[in-house]
Amino acid sequence: MIGRLRFRLSKHFGAKNVLDDFALEVRGGEFVTFLGPSGCGKSTALNLLAGLLAPSAGEIWLDDQRLDPLPPERRGFGMVFQNYALFPHLSVFDNVAFGLDVRRVSRAEVDERVRRMLALVKLEGFEARYPAQLSGGQQQRVAIARALVIEPRVLLLDEPLSNLDAKLRLEMRAEIKRLHQGLGLTSIYVTHDQAEALSLSDRIVVMREGRVMQVGAPADIHDRPRNLFVADFVGYRNVIPLTVTARGADDRVTAEGAGLALSGRCEAAAGAAVLAAVRPEDLRLTDDARGPSVARGTVRLVEYQGREYDVEVALESGVVLKARLPTAPKVGSVVALALDSARVVLLPPEGAA
Amino acid sequence: MKRGGLLLLVLPSVVYLLVMFVYPFAYGVFLSLHPAKGAAGASLANYLAFFGDPWQLRTIAVTASLAVPNTIVTVVLALTVAYAMRRGIWAERTITALLVLPIALGTVLVAEGINGFYGPKGWLNQGLQAAGLGDPPRLTHNYTGVMIALFVQHFPFCFLMLLGYISGIDPALEASARVLGARPWVVFRRVMWPLIAPGAAIAFALVFVMNFGVFPSAVLVGQPAGATRTIAIAAYQQAFEHCDMSMASAIAVVMGLCQLLGLAIVVGLRGRLAATGVATVGAGKR
Ligand SMILES: Nc1ncnc2c1ncn2[C@@H]1O[C@H](COP(=O)(O)OP(=O)(O)O)[C@@H](O)[C@H]1O
Ligand SMILES: [Mg+2]
Repeated sequence: MIGRLRFRLSKHFGAKNVLDDFALEVRGGEFVTFLGPSGCGKSTALNLLAGLLAPSAGEIWLDDQRLDPLPPERRGFGMVFQNYALFPHLSVFDNVAFGLDVRRVSRAEVDERVRRMLALVKLEGFEARYPAQLSGGQQQRVAIARALVIEPRVLLLDEPLSNLDAKLRLEMRAEIKRLHQGLGLTSIYVTHDQAEALSLSDRIVVMREGRVMQVGAPADIHDRPRNLFVADFVGYRNVIPLTVTARGADDRVTAEGAGLALSGRCEAAAGAAVLAAVRPEDLRLTDDARGPSVARGTVRLVEYQGREYDVEVALESGVVLKARLPTAPKVGSVVALALDSARVVLLPPEGAA
Repeated sequence: MKRGGLLLLVLPSVVYLLVMFVYPFAYGVFLSLHPAKGAAGASLANYLAFFGDPWQLRTIAVTASLAVPNTIVTVVLALTVAYAMRRGIWAERTITALLVLPIALGTVLVAEGINGFYGPKGWLNQGLQAAGLGDPPRLTHNYTGVMIALFVQHFPFCFLMLLGYISGIDPALEASARVLGARPWVVFRRVMWPLIAPGAAIAFALVFVMNFGVFPSAVLVGQPAGATRTIAIAAYQQAFEHCDMSMASAIAVVMGLCQLLGLAIVVGLRGRLAATGVATVGAGKR
């Protein structure tokens, strides 16, 4: 398989370090997502790969070719921008044909390949339209077709769905997945939306302020975040401070606090502080108020979310838990919430990671 | 009620336009058609006199020979510099401030400056002589002097206008063209120029109109009795040396028509570009 991309990149703007020795190896045909909050350096990383920015230090290799000395037009990448960046003065056909025209591909072949690509993104019949005459979703399809028609060695996508409404976003997400798999592309996708990252990727790189926080398969990131930042980012909305009371083999520990006793895996010595991260959807109401992994508290807030309710429960210890429940308890009532110990993640405190 | 309110809002500007522009213009046309001496009714005598007199008619050619090449040079250079600066450069604010200076100083001071620098006893000549390079060509009180003055006055204006226009184009357009395989020159020709063309056309038209009306520079650093006797000078002489307002108005109307002709050509060229699929849209969406 070709299209193996390896890079190690640093970038600073003046004194500001935007990417700090950001290194990764992407297999041919792999779909990798850079996931992180706005401003963490995702676009900078993508622009460095595309050649639109020069790295402060580092190298980029594609298979056996060193790419970082090459200007963007000689890297053979495809790129899709957040705002589509379609050429407003060119028709849909000419937009898609652009990359072939500048490569001096013959007229007949351009015609054939552009039509095939427009069919692939379901835009037959739109050839003569101008970008301003298209909806956001259609513009995005043109942008994808324009990037793919040159048969890029690597496809780079910078938050391609964030300007679309929720329904279209789901549709285009499936579309991107289908194209990636159908064409056997190597793709790098940038987003701040964890749901997008989880559903599309073979591997996710969680970033924070230019640094890699965790690299892993979607299930890894989702179920086994390695630090508080990643946990928070992928939806562990509850963080309960605990103290390790017992430590067994294989990093198995028991930790207590806030009226709870939880067990799990964590590299922490007895007596050390740890944090238990819990998703709201992993909490459920129980009648059995005893047991080490049941928390009792007073309902403070109930919000209807369609189908389910977001509920805030204040424990006697002062910790407030956010739960997502199928039924709505009364505000002010006392309830018992059961934690599923297998789904609780024990993490070292922030800063110790 | 709503419409009434809108009318009220529009009224001041309509009155302003009428009083400040439409009335003087109409009065000028009226005046030009009623020569000072001769019949009481309207007559084209002034226009016939202008077009029948080679010394007067020549002013159109003289003015065009200054305005057309100067406009082309100004717009091309301003476009080049503005394009090179589109992503910002070092000390941009200082450079921009320096460029605005000629606009702020005004025509007369700039002309004085040009005389002081390029004149027979100016710094440039003194410097060249001191360096033993002999007598350089005459650069003031002739065609060249006016060209320099017009350029110094209109370049900054044109440059700032184009820089604003070009930096308003979404940088992602250029980026995507590069990634798609276009070298910088191809990006300019196929993506940027079509988007810049409408702005360049407007800049061209404005600089041309300003150049065609050249008056103070033509007098102060030119040769107002001969090589740079522009049409504005001819109108001035009729008005204040021959005290013939009617004839002066006729010349001013001819000047206005020439400027309109220039605008029409620019607009026509833009239309041609648009018809070939280039320059159909303004600056890129932000
Ligand atoms: N040209 C630049 N000059 C200075 N700082 C920049 C520049 N481009 C980006 N940055 C900074 O780099 C950081 C990362 O930006 P970016 O890669 O766009 O983040 P993301 O795409 O993850 O939202 C931000 O803090 C941003 O302010
Ligand atoms: Mg970004």
